[in-house]
Amino acid sequence: MEKPNLSYIESMSGGDKTFEQKLINIIKEEFPKEKEVYFYNIKSKNYKKAAENVHKLKHKISILGLVKSYEVAVDFENNLLDGNANCREDFEVILQNMTEFLKTL
Amino acid sequence: MNCIIIDDEATARAIISKLCDGISSLTALEEFPNAIQAIKYLNQNEADLIFLDIHMPDFTGFDFIETLRNPPKIILTTSDPNFAIQAFEYDCIVDYLVKPITPERFQKAIQKAEATPVNETTQPINTESLGSASGNDLYVNIDRRLIKIDIPSIYLVEAKGDYILIKTEDKNYTVHSTLKKIEEKLPDTIFLKVHRSYIINVGKIIDIEDNSVLIKKDVIPVSRSNRPELMKRLNLL
Repeated sequence: MEKPNLSYIESMSGGDKTFEQKLINIIKEEFPKEKEVYFYNIKSKNYKKAAENVHKLKHKISILGLVKSYEVAVDFENNLLDGNANCREDFEVILQNMTEFLKTL
Repeated sequence: MNCIIIDDEATARAIISKLCDGISSLTALEEFPNAIQAIKYLNQNEADLIFLDIHMPDFTGFDFIETLRNPPKIILTTSDPNFAIQAFEYDCIVDYLVKPITPERFQKAIQKAEATPVNETTQPINTESLGSASGNDLYVNIDRRLIKIDIPSIYLVEAKGDYILIKTEDKNYTVHSTLKKIEEKLPDTIFLKVHRSYIINVGKIIDIEDNSVLIKKDVIPVSRSNRPELMKRLNLL
């Protein structure tokens, strides 16, 4: 399983540790809310809305350096737009992976 | 250059704002989580550049651009590279940044924006207050404000999901409504539904082909079932 990392955040912060922490805090606050909305929509089988949620979550996946996971999210978003939930399990493992990582920060 | 940032994701706003801080010639004036708040701001203020997310709930980045009469320079920011072609249909869009945005790519986008000639100043969308009702006016509710539209100036109404796009001589409006509802409000002596997604102002037609009409620069499909009614309405030689 791919491991999340802070490479992107460190590369764009220019060494500003205060900003890095601020950004991490924003992600820690925003990510659970986005996840919650996603789970609500996917359970309701509202695939169009769920695709929008996955689209937003993709950004955080890339921020945490998850290159392969990002590809899974792209496929999952496309599947949702096509009206099926193939790749759902893989995608939700990624969310769990991110959740665990954010707990360590 | 003064800029504003429009993105419904706080993380994205924070990143773009930080990247702006790294460019001495750029000042981020404000950040907005949705396009409506930005429109309100632009009614009172000006910006040289807008960082604009495409995917936003209710009102997309493209919907936002359509509301601006003379948009400033715009750099689109998105996680979806598939909109690039559509993006460059707009003259105001100077670059297209795919998230996550790197400082190097950001800097290039700013250089592009600085090298692009300045457009006319941003004109805020017309927000005339409620006037007296008359047969020529239609009031539309945009962000809890009733905006008056001169009915004869409407040349096209297009269904866009839960919204309709009303195109007039001066500008466009995206309104949360249905084609059926607006069809009831428009005089059928002037307007005709030519397709399940389009109502046109018959008097504004430039030319007609077999299954389409040209209005302004828009080519609009005409359903087979609606074509006879359209032909009836024309003053054919």
